[in-house]
Amino acid sequence: MNTSQKPRTMFDRIWDAHYVATRIDGRDLVYIDRHVLHDLHAPHAFEKLASAARAVRRPDLTFSMQDHTVATKPGRDENTNPDGAHFQRAMREGSQRNGIRIFDLGDPEQGISHVVAPELGLVLPGSMHAVPDSHACTVGGLGAIGLGCGTSELEHILATQTIALKRPKTMRIWLDGHLRPGVGAKDVSLKIIAALGTAVGRGYAIEFAGPIAQALSVEARLTLCNMTIEMGARSGFIAPDDKVFAYLEGRPYMPRGAEWEMARAQWLGLASDEHAVFDKEHRVDCGDLAPQITWGTDQSQTISITEKLPALPQEADARLKMERAFAYMGLEPDTPVQGVKVDRVFIGSCTNARLSDLRMAASMVKGKRVHEGVTAMVVPGSTSVKRAAEQEGLDRIFKEAGFFWGESGCSMCAGGNGDRGRPQERIVSTTNRNFEGRQGKGVRTHLAGPELAAACALAGHIADPRDYLERA
Amino acid sequence: MKAFSTITGIAVPFLEDDVNTDQIAPIPTKRSLKPDYREMFFHRARRLGDDTLNPDQVFNRPQFASPSILVAGRNFGCGSSREGAVWTMQAVGIHVLIARSIADLYRENCLQNGLLPIELPDDKASDIEQRVSAANGRAPFTVDLVTQMISGPGGADIHFDISAADRMRLLEGLDDIGLSLKHEAAIAAFESNMKQTSPWLQRALRAPGTEPKI
Ligand code: SF4
Repeated sequence: MNTSQKPRTMFDRIWDAHYVATRIDGRDLVYIDRHVLHDLHAPHAFEKLASAARAVRRPDLTFSMQDHTVATKPGRDENTNPDGAHFQRAMREGSQRNGIRIFDLGDPEQGISHVVAPELGLVLPGSMHAVPDSHACTVGGLGAIGLGCGTSELEHILATQTIALKRPKTMRIWLDGHLRPGVGAKDVSLKIIAALGTAVGRGYAIEFAGPIAQALSVEARLTLCNMTIEMGARSGFIAPDDKVFAYLEGRPYMPRGAEWEMARAQWLGLASDEHAVFDKEHRVDCGDLAPQITWGTDQSQTISITEKLPALPQEADARLKMERAFAYMGLEPDTPVQGVKVDRVFIGSCTNARLSDLRMAASMVKGKRVHEGVTAMVVPGSTSVKRAAEQEGLDRIFKEAGFFWGESGCSMCAGGNGDRGRPQERIVSTTNRNFEGRQGKGVRTHLAGPELAAACALAGHIADPRDYLERA
Repeated sequence: MKAFSTITGIAVPFLEDDVNTDQIAPIPTKRSLKPDYREMFFHRARRLGDDTLNPDQVFNRPQFASPSILVAGRNFGCGSSREGAVWTMQAVGIHVLIARSIADLYRENCLQNGLLPIELPDDKASDIEQRVSAANGRAPFTVDLVTQMISGPGGADIHFDISAADRMRLLEGLDDIGLSLKHEAAIAAFESNMKQTSPWLQRALRAPGTEPKI
């Protein structure tokens, strides 16, 4: 442990507080406080663990979520998506066998793990939070370190409640400016990737700071941190503040009473010291940020909604890469992005399917109709989000406008439940990855925030959400 | 896990940058608990629009039917943490990945599974890329983890760097969990200490009365 008086970063503090030992291969064993599993990867690990005759060390700190393979159709059960049924069954059996609480289909709190864990208070500031899905970084919005892990690592955590890691370097991304109406955390995240690239965070843990990070709501922080993995870093986080504590207080798995006060006092001390030195610092100005949208096949291929698509560069390698992206996306260089016809709109995923996202989209859609020929879907991030949205009447707004209103799950984010687009279909999606084939073979994905996606559903083409805000 | 020392075999060049795990191991339309990882290997890249195999695609060429070494570009294995993207490489017989750079999670997944990930600086990378392309599957290359050397036709042996820890882990084929469980006492001590300092972390109990009313 580090006992010196040297100024420390928040990451150093959390890492040091979770350091258990150093293995002979030089890796540190780092303790995992909460481990949330999902149906796609856990069954395999359960099986391997059983065949090695190893027990789950801390089933009481482990939670299971059915999210990746579940159908979204109203009235679903495990057989609605026949391809998912055996994953869900194996997940259920493995969890029960090992004494792990499972949030199964039909549970009023089922949903995408990265949405549900914050809601339930399974994420604690200053904790190490592991999930076998790379978007575990989402929970950094609450001041926790989220660690996305592979299947072997998942098995390792089940058996030891630790993960073996090399300590990453620290990076701070300072976000200047303030956000205008119609611009949100998703736009900020895409802007960062456009400015710094998809590999900027390789080998680093990223702390987001500055006026924008502070101003973002807790849910918006979860969105921003969700995209950290798309910057190449495993974990990204924001120092917790009163907003976070207010969000967490009273949630089902939060400490209460005197313990809550003790915890809160500890969490207040997490923030990086004023003179802490980061291995790397970046600054991104989001001052006059317009809504962002990806046009290509990785997230750095992002532009402002007001811009034209880029012209082809001279340099041969870059040109080839861009030509390929244009061909896949069925777009022409140097033409406006607004006006490009859209076939489908998806509002969902652990990036943008919390209540505030749905509220933003609903406020634009209210009293209007989805454009003819567009298939539009809303899939709430959790069953709790769905219930809360229904209490506010958001489901009616969406349904009356012609949106499909689904049951919670990952759905079209990775298509693991069979919700996919058709080849050459153009989708504006609030998810996190626009890779070739991610949402189905040949599908052309444009990533954007919920407001922009809603605007496209109404317009039938790529549109500036602010045009709809003004008229609203 | 099997110990790794030396591999001699065919090296296949696939020099694109930013190859992501969805490309390496696309999730099949029909998901299964025991997928065919051989079949999954670059499934889409190997096929034409009508789903037939593209005979010109490098992995489909007869000389690269059973490769042992994959030579890749920059940022190989980016994207999702899917470990299947390593198993699929091993299913076709690849034991070594040589690239200009490798995504963190992917590199970790390689080490977890005993696949040797080698990152080379640009000059050495272009050398090996040229030589592997020129060899075109006609002559084998050898990667020796003991001496940290890559050898093969077309030039001098190339030294590669790998951290001593990663090297040892591969050389000894250490079972990852077993290695960590050697620290069982430290884990237990950590837990009892945490119970004192931050008891809420060691206990994830639901407060009574917080079950939602549906
Ligand atoms: S919504 Fe997408 S990124 Fe999020 S957990 Fe599900 S599959 Fe992973």
